[in-house]
Amino acid sequence: MSLEVAVAAALFVGVLAYALFGGADFGSGFFDLTAGGARRGAEVRTLVDHSIGPVWEVNHVWLIYCLVVWWTAFPESFAAVMTTLIVPLLLALLGIVLRGASFAFRKYSATLSQARTFGVVFAVSSIITPFFLGTVAGAIASGRVPAEGYGDRWSSWVNPTSVFGGIIAVGTCAFLAGVFLCADAVRAGKPDLASTLRTRTLGVGLATGLVVFIALIPIQIDAPTLADGLERQAAPLIICSFLAGVATLWLVWTDRFALARLPALIAVATVISGWGVGQYPWLLVDEVLLADAGGADATLRALLVAVAIAGVVVGPPLVLLFRLTQTERWSR
Amino acid sequence: MIAEALALATEEPAGLLPARQQMAFSLGWHIILACFGVAFPTMIFVVHLLGLRGNEVALVLAKRWAKVSAVLFAIGAVSGTVLSFEMGLLWPGLMGKFGDVLGLPFAFEGLSFFTEAIFLGLYLYGWGRMSPRLHLLCLVPMAAAGIFGTFCVISVNAWMNMPTGFRITASGDVVDVEPWKAMFNEGALLQFLHMWLAAFMVAGFVIAAVYAAGILRGRRDRHHRLGFTVPFVFGSVAAVLQPVVGHILGIRLGETQPAKLAAFELADTTEQPAPLRLGGLMIDGEPRYFIEIPNWGSFIARGSFDLPVRGLDTFPASDLPPVNITHIAFQTMVGIGSLLMLAVIVYWLLRWRGRDLLDTRWFCWFAVAAGPLAVIALESGWVATEVGRQPWVVYDVMRTVDAAGDNPGLWWVFGTTLVVYTLLTIGAVLVLRSMARRWREDGEELPSPYGPAALAEDGR
Repeated sequence: MSLEVAVAAALFVGVLAYALFGGADFGSGFFDLTAGGARRGAEVRTLVDHSIGPVWEVNHVWLIYCLVVWWTAFPESFAAVMTTLIVPLLLALLGIVLRGASFAFRKYSATLSQARTFGVVFAVSSIITPFFLGTVAGAIASGRVPAEGYGDRWSSWVNPTSVFGGIIAVGTCAFLAGVFLCADAVRAGKPDLASTLRTRTLGVGLATGLVVFIALIPIQIDAPTLADGLERQAAPLIICSFLAGVATLWLVWTDRFALARLPALIAVATVISGWGVGQYPWLLVDEVLLADAGGADATLRALLVAVAIAGVVVGPPLVLLFRLTQTERWSR
Repeated sequence: MIAEALALATEEPAGLLPARQQMAFSLGWHIILACFGVAFPTMIFVVHLLGLRGNEVALVLAKRWAKVSAVLFAIGAVSGTVLSFEMGLLWPGLMGKFGDVLGLPFAFEGLSFFTEAIFLGLYLYGWGRMSPRLHLLCLVPMAAAGIFGTFCVISVNAWMNMPTGFRITASGDVVDVEPWKAMFNEGALLQFLHMWLAAFMVAGFVIAAVYAAGILRGRRDRHHRLGFTVPFVFGSVAAVLQPVVGHILGIRLGETQPAKLAAFELADTTEQPAPLRLGGLMIDGEPRYFIEIPNWGSFIARGSFDLPVRGLDTFPASDLPPVNITHIAFQTMVGIGSLLMLAVIVYWLLRWRGRDLLDTRWFCWFAVAAGPLAVIALESGWVATEVGRQPWVVYDVMRTVDAAGDNPGLWWVFGTTLVVYTLLTIGAVLVLRSMARRWREDGEELPSPYGPAALAEDGR
């Protein structure tokens, strides 16, 4: 494996982790938004608070990890994406800022009306952020970011592949969150809450699955290089995603939420990997090959050292945190 | 100053001035929160430890400070994310060319941020759920991550001041990149120490100021005294050490960035020995309205009473930083730093002699003012080092003009940023104030915003 590919793999691990863990956090905003009025939605919102409170900040760091590894390892392509996709990136950033702050503010707000205001900001921004990040992925995958940067500021992300990318991102986040929230509700001893969430999770899951497979049609026309890759090297991943998605829906349908978490994670991970593998060997599709995009070799090697250290230093406490939040003792 | 601002405004490309304003604003805002992220865990550790040893008041403080730090950390995290986007959105020229030279310390900074976020999560939710000792120990990696993270970020800035670890070919390509050398550049350690102490001054004096304000309102209980004393001790130690570190850091400027030094000292021409100029403005190339102390300029800048300080007139006009902004910012930092150092020395000397100035209203007022003063000193220091480096973004290698992009509409982005950050500030103040009010009224546990209590209160 070349240095570039090794670092790109490390970067992609960050993308995956952000999509899965950050995604589940973002998706809970969807359930928060659709929970209903203050009284009716109180239970769901309390559950959301409880579920993502200890981990949302950690899950957010994956984004920073991705940005940093990207600009260090592939600086020119980073600048090209940033100058071209400035609009969706700024909108995603706005969502990130408003979401993080209002989530923290809501938790400690003094009155219900304050909590409601912060809650709406939190929930809405939880949806717009993955949408715009999804459009960015679509823009790169459909070959709309020129190597030298400063591509069209609008058509680069307002196009079929990008819009489908955005919708799929929102859908997968909500689906993941739904499965996790159902499991959390059962563990907290609230079967009624779990059954409300179950119906919505099934709806979101079906809709998202449908969109993913419908999207393959416009992608054929709009992003031929990606479509080619999806049909060849990424095909097993797409099939795997389909099977895992069906398995998740079945497990949720039969109320086995704790078990459903695993295929849900697999379904989303394989969709995201499908995109990554599908556009390989391009970093910026049709513009820059991964093999040509790397910065200095010394830096790539140093980055791998940094990633290895991160695995040793951050890995164990991260696992501990996730394990604790998924145990009875912390569900009280 | 107006002329300087106008000169900046007419420079190309279109993205330069809004990018500068935006970066200055968002970084200036984030840096205050970063100080709390760096210094607060250590202070919480102290009160938490006191609490575990039987001091009930200290344990209450630890719980409350943990909740405050959760709010500050959350908005610090998002404003830090803004900065990492801005690196690419505002400065594509810098990142495209030097991303692989300066990126490594950022990667390590991400690592320490990760560590801090994980252990903050464990700590905040660990009350009553972990063994007390293990729970307390969660603060140690947080504090360590604060130190290491500061080093990493400052290492990038130090690199911008003293770039190293690469070579530029005749055709302008960056080659022979040595990322470790760039990360551990000569300037990094001292600049880090300066910033680290500044973080303890800011967090220490601001938190102490909150309790001093409570004391002024007649709340002279153990809670307020301890809440004042712990951060004030940290702020005091940092305030006494800071001038020493700052001085050593400054001495190096004569060799590394002489134009910045000349602007700091308001030295229009080379003088030997150089005087120290207090106050003053550069008007039409002449320094005016200052108080002059002979020989001390040489001592402060060069560490000797008779060495020369190179004058501004020895540099091409195109290589000069905005002199007045740099000079005023530098003097503000040094002035406030000296004032705070003297004040804490007087306070602790008198306390050692058995007199507690906290019993006097005027000192409490001063302690309240010390918080904002420390913040102003921090911001001034940052302006001095950043504006003083201009027109270079990477000193002597890349001009700021060449780092900026030329995306139109950046003024709109800046306007939006101002609005969003104003809202964030209002939100944070609102929430922190209501937390404090509820603590005064009902005790420790904050009710869930959607819990039965909140719903009953709302009457629906």
